Amino acid sequence: MAAPACCLSGFMQKWGMGTPKMNPETPRPLPATPLPSKVVKDDESALVAAAKAGDVSAFETLVGRYERKIFRLTQNITQNREDAEDAMQEAFLKAYEHLDNFEGNSRFYTWLVRIAVNQALMKLRKRRPNQISLDEDIETDGDSMPREVEDWGPSPEQRYQQTEMSEILSGVIGELDPSFRVVFQLRDIEELSTEDTAEALGLSVPAVKSRLLRARLKLRQKLNRYFRQGEAS
Amino acid sequence: MKPKCEKILSELSDYLDQGIDPALRAEIEDHLTKCKDCRVVVDTTQKTIDIFCNSEPAPLPDDARHRLYDALQKKIRSCRA
Repeated sequence: MAAPACCLSGFMQKWGMGTPKMNPETPRPLPATPLPSKVVKDDESALVAAAKAGDVSAFETLVGRYERKIFRLTQNITQNREDAEDAMQEAFLKAYEHLDNFEGNSRFYTWLVRIAVNQALMKLRKRRPNQISLDEDIETDGDSMPREVEDWGPSPEQRYQQTEMSEILSGVIGELDPSFRVVFQLRDIEELSTEDTAEALGLSVPAVKSRLLRARLKLRQKLNRYFRQGEAS
Repeated sequence: MKPKCEKILSELSDYLDQGIDPALRAEIEDHLTKCKDCRVVVDTTQKTIDIFCNSEPAPLPDDARHRLYDALQKKIRSCRA
């Protein structure tokens, strides 16, 4: 089995200094921030600029805006609650620590996603050493090509409550090989471009496209059992 | 699955992402008018993407949020020290 992917080390050399640990102490209320943010809450670039200028509450607004999405991302990649929380926390701490390195060439959220993905992949590799390598070739075995073709009807997701849907989606994405689910996560959930996904993962554009196609077809196949017409909810 | 269907499916992602040239798009759309199986696969794959893309993330558990903000406050203090 190949060594862990090299893409991570380059990224971490750039962004990943230090390894903040989860705080085991009793949670307490946040202290008042010394510089209350005056920034309009829906303007990401203004919030980032204010945070870089020392406005702590602007950064906390960004954290509050993205905490759920980043936690879902790390949960989907690691498939482990404790690792997901650690990776999320470390991602936000690194983002704060290295905010001055963010040059604004992409959205702040895209930058944050890249940090979080790398934190999550490190957790995954630590838990499953020698099993996770994103940059090795994956043979196309044709197993994602549809064998059964069943229609779902117009709005299959409406058959389930939101909580049920979250569990279904989390379950099926967890059944994918990590090298597929991380590509799907970045392209179709975080909506990064193919090029940004390739760069973030140290993969070629054709490799991203190939894995994305297979991930989509596999997920479609896995969702069949929940969404096919006539399936009772 | 017929060879033509396999060719169409190999282009499925680019087709759904609007990333193919017009001639190939026309060829795929012509095939889709004739092949119900491919039509269903294209439709359900698009729905798969939409369902994931539109899904709302679950709220962060309270204990995880407390630990996150606690760690953040410590980081802020250490960066300012």
